[in-house]
Amino acid sequence: MFTYTTPLVGGLLIGVSAVMLLWCLGRIAGIAGIVWGAVSAQPDNAWRWLFIVGLLLGPFAYHTLAAVPYPAPSTAPWWQAVAGGLLVGFGVKLGSGCTSGHGVCGIGRLSLRSLLATLTFMATGIATVYVIRHVLGVL
Amino acid sequence: MKAFVGLLCGILFGVGLAVSGMTDTAKVQGFLDLFGAWVPDLAFVMGGAVCVTLVAFRFVLKSKKPLLAPRFSLPTKTAIDGRLLSGAAIFGIGWGAYGYCPGPAISALGYLQTNTGIFVVAMLVGMALANRITRA
Repeated sequence: MFTYTTPLVGGLLIGVSAVMLLWCLGRIAGIAGIVWGAVSAQPDNAWRWLFIVGLLLGPFAYHTLAAVPYPAPSTAPWWQAVAGGLLVGFGVKLGSGCTSGHGVCGIGRLSLRSLLATLTFMATGIATVYVIRHVLGVL
Repeated sequence: MKAFVGLLCGILFGVGLAVSGMTDTAKVQGFLDLFGAWVPDLAFVMGGAVCVTLVAFRFVLKSKKPLLAPRFSLPTKTAIDGRLLSGAAIFGIGWGAYGYCPGPAISALGYLQTNTGIFVVAMLVGMALANRITRA
């Protein structure tokens, strides 16, 4: 079923979060960058760890208070989680950003780098699902 | 205060991810399945978020400094190079292969599903590997 209201509301909340972070702390809300900064022990790190705590608390509060069940777990085998995770982590570090850093914030700043990065990961994401579902015929 | 802002922004971001459906791998892969049973919902997530940042960032960046920090910490790179494009390409392959990008993966840890934990550990290893290579 096609619904656009909840994705739109969710997207607006993500946008507001990114604006607040830039306005108050002068930081880009790129999750890959925040997570890397937190685990690699950058100075002035408390806000990063608390942002990550918030990332965990937010969905918990939403699912509990709105009584929305958790999404069904992925049916992919564990090695696909390993492969996906490795590629995502390697790629976002090499390419300096993910869906939020390049997509939401970078395009918001009219960065050409971010626009091209976003088009690239969208294209390879679409190509990968195409290969997995329609060439290999799994998932 | 800075830490509190971090927490608040994280909560907002996390609620946004959960409300929008980004923490559901099946939905994300359905969105990327452009040539199959395409589920267009998630286009509205980035669409909605970018509408907000496109407008509000202009006003925010007009001020000399952020409210609680001495300066804006913005990316300084402008080169369109192989590192940017190959990194983005590799990221997209991983995103399609499992259905999570970094934010939703972290947020979904709270669902206590084993594969999500495996994904996040692998993601951190991948980041460390790329960090090692780019520093060498």
